[in-house]
Amino acid sequence: MTKNIEELEEVVIKFAGDSGDGMQLTGSQFSNTTAFIGNDLSTFPDFPAEIRAPQGTVAGVSGFKIQFGSTSVFSPGDEADVLVAMNPAALKANLTSIKDRGTIIIDSDSFKIKDFEKAQFTSNPLEDGTLDGYNLIQAPITSLTKESVSEFDIENKSRTRSKNMFALGVVYWLFNRPLNITENFLDAKFSKQPELAKANKAALKAGYNFAITVELLPSNYTIKPATLPKGKYRSITGNIATAWGLLAAAEATRLKLFLGTYPITPASDILHELSKYKNFDVISFQAEDEIAGICSAIGASFAGNLAVTSTSGPGLALKGEAIGLAMMTELPIVIIDVQRGGPSTGLPTKTEQSDLMQAVYGRNGESPVIVIAASTPSNCFDFAYQAAKLALEHMTPVILLTDGFIANGAEPWKIKSLADMPSIKLNMATKKEGWSPYLRDEKKLARQWAIPGTKELEHRIGGLEKQDVSGNVSYEPENHEKMVTLRADKVKRVANFIPELSVQGASEGDLLIVGWGGTYGSILTAFSELTKEYKNVGFAHFNYINPLPKNTSIVFSKYKTILVCELNSGQFIRLLKGELSQFNYQQYNKVQGLPFSKKELINEFTKYLK
Amino acid sequence: MEHLVKDQELTFKDFSTDQDVRWCPGCGDYAILSAMQKALPQIGKEKKDIVFISGIGCSSRFPYYVETYGFHSIHGRAPAIATGVKLANPDLSVWQITGDGDALAIGGNHFVHVLRRNVDINMILFNNEIYGLTKGQFSPTSKTGIQTKSSPQGTVDKAFNPGKLAIGAGATFFARVVDVNPKKMVDIFVEAEKHRGTSLVEILQNCVIFNDKVFSAITDKEGKFDNQLWLEHGKPMIFGKENNKGIRLDGLKLEVVTIGENGITEKDILVHDAYCEDETLHNMLVNMTLPEMPVAFGVIRSVKASTFNDKLWEQISHEKTKAKFSSIDEVVNSGVTWEI
Repeated sequence: MTKNIEELEEVVIKFAGDSGDGMQLTGSQFSNTTAFIGNDLSTFPDFPAEIRAPQGTVAGVSGFKIQFGSTSVFSPGDEADVLVAMNPAALKANLTSIKDRGTIIIDSDSFKIKDFEKAQFTSNPLEDGTLDGYNLIQAPITSLTKESVSEFDIENKSRTRSKNMFALGVVYWLFNRPLNITENFLDAKFSKQPELAKANKAALKAGYNFAITVELLPSNYTIKPATLPKGKYRSITGNIATAWGLLAAAEATRLKLFLGTYPITPASDILHELSKYKNFDVISFQAEDEIAGICSAIGASFAGNLAVTSTSGPGLALKGEAIGLAMMTELPIVIIDVQRGGPSTGLPTKTEQSDLMQAVYGRNGESPVIVIAASTPSNCFDFAYQAAKLALEHMTPVILLTDGFIANGAEPWKIKSLADMPSIKLNMATKKEGWSPYLRDEKKLARQWAIPGTKELEHRIGGLEKQDVSGNVSYEPENHEKMVTLRADKVKRVANFIPELSVQGASEGDLLIVGWGGTYGSILTAFSELTKEYKNVGFAHFNYINPLPKNTSIVFSKYKTILVCELNSGQFIRLLKGELSQFNYQQYNKVQGLPFSKKELINEFTKYLK
Repeated sequence: MEHLVKDQELTFKDFSTDQDVRWCPGCGDYAILSAMQKALPQIGKEKKDIVFISGIGCSSRFPYYVETYGFHSIHGRAPAIATGVKLANPDLSVWQITGDGDALAIGGNHFVHVLRRNVDINMILFNNEIYGLTKGQFSPTSKTGIQTKSSPQGTVDKAFNPGKLAIGAGATFFARVVDVNPKKMVDIFVEAEKHRGTSLVEILQNCVIFNDKVFSAITDKEGKFDNQLWLEHGKPMIFGKENNKGIRLDGLKLEVVTIGENGITEKDILVHDAYCEDETLHNMLVNMTLPEMPVAFGVIRSVKASTFNDKLWEQISHEKTKAKFSSIDEVVNSGVTWEI
């Protein structure tokens, strides 16, 4: 058969199956291979909170979406060009998010009556016209996988497990990808079980060969390498980048890195990653609860470590009192909140930006801390580093907000070197002359860090209000007000040490689109599309929440309308209205546990444009 | 190290701060502070290497009055903060000051976990069986039936026995002392510091305002001989005004016997073995209550075991010998990378 190769600019693929089908692995393998051959990409893992949700049900569907292309890719995309559905439930869950005439690859072995009934199809969707208009590829994936691994000495239950590799093989052929990266990965993953490695590789190859031979696939596609800046790249997720940014800060300061934390979705990968690097003097301490996590970190900070705690929304709530203590004692600590759907336990594996208010205001008393937010998987590296820098240089807690979307999502990262990072200047007290526990430097109002083990600097700190300079307990009314003001000013002055807000697109005009944190890629994708038609619109994305960049009001003053887009009911806009009330704000919000889609954003933006 | 300290000749005064001590007149805490200030010159550490961490409550004001590094933190969380300090710098002598509410109510979780891990800190528990700083509510160690502001009809709660809870959580060191016995307190503080692991010292401490004389049966002139059993490793468990009462094992129970009566001789009396790993007898001693039995004091349990901080740092040293990467630059360049 002749093979047609069509060239495409960008493609969205969705892998979907039962939560035990290995869809996350399949998706991340496709991402790695795709990154390796030079496409830009963005991924979005989307999975249920249950480890093995009821098999075959829509609630149990685990998905992995990737958008890749020969141009810059900022988001995982909206509707899929290709859906790989390992069972009817996976098909059902994604039916509304496939492009017209898109390709659907299904495992025909999994479409028996009880299978599609479990997925709440009333009749067989392969026969009832549901899939008319799509390019449907029916592959007996389960049985072909079984056949392909028949010669290997593996357990029976493992024989069908490799069906995700079979499906991956089909998609590799469809998009002209090499198999060797996944083959190398399988060899390494199963280095102690060589038969399993062989079986998985055989299934991958079988899928690839199946795609070559069947006439169901008339053509395959090629996507040219993207024109990314020259350099060395790797694929990275936000949680890994966060962990590495902290390692970089520890190396830059020669401080020991202390992570006191408690496992919580979707932040646990930070703990997992840092636990691998004890050789760098990383003390990773899995505490008995969220509170002990941050309190152990506060103890380590008092003793002179670069102290970090990582969590998600419910954990941040538990840590509130301790953050207040760190703020009051003016100790450096980084608190990472990988936001997830709330309130309460909420949607643990879904994404949301609804902890902003909690981060900025969620403590008793007047308790200001620095709040910053990373905006892409790879810049979690920069903002974790920056969080450490600000905490150490300004002697205060810093809350770093990321979210499930960028924490689990991957993208190519032009690898940075520690030499590329700004230096961090520690503020250590070393001798008694001219030192007092709460004496401050003039520019930052930061106190010095006098750590146990330093001669003659024995002193006491605590959560009680303290006298200015001496740090002794004080209940004097005027002193209290002075200290409240000093602590607030200290955080306000951080604005003098952070980058100004920058704008993409028109520097003045009818509309300024505003976002913060993890929505950057989604908004930029929509904005890039929008500006093909409209010129009177700008886009400003915030990474610094408290304090705001100094030039924020100057930037805002150039536009008629400020449209604040957030994955919550309107938290950042309330903060902006509180601080800069003079502007005409509008808001666009989504609280579905999902990122913004390009379509819905463009729809919204054009309402404000003529 | 010993020489260095001797050269400096640290004394009681070196450990006093310029802050006014603000406990109620007659509070047992004064005696504890004074005993601590006497014990610290004996532990072989410089002031700069000693840290006091406390939570919230009357007792938790303690760090303000000791001229070392100190941290008055939040309610119940001192064990976690102390753990962080000790892991960050294992050379420090770390002391946690806590009360019965701080350690056993709001901080119960951290209390059991620090003991389970056996982090090398000294935990001094001021047990006055009442909430003092919040002005007189019952605590988890208050005796059942006690009438307080929050229990005008008397409590229906059962009380914790801190030693029993601690041993259940895996404590390697437990000592009990009473605030009116400063000499013993000094000795026990020094012993606690010597022990490698979490050393829990329970001090029965009188609150003159809200729970006065709660320990009087143990401490008053009449009771102090017949109601206190002072344990010493390797010594028979003998007590009483006439020094003729002893503890004997009767089946699976302890009983009080009188030497010279019914053919009882010193040979029948149990000899205290604080170093015994099996906690059965230690638990029985910790459980002894008036009026049938005397209350046990002294070092009840002191067992050698590896500490969390040592093991963690051994792991770190071991990882260095087989490390794949020596810098963050090597980490970020590892695995699959590509050039554009």
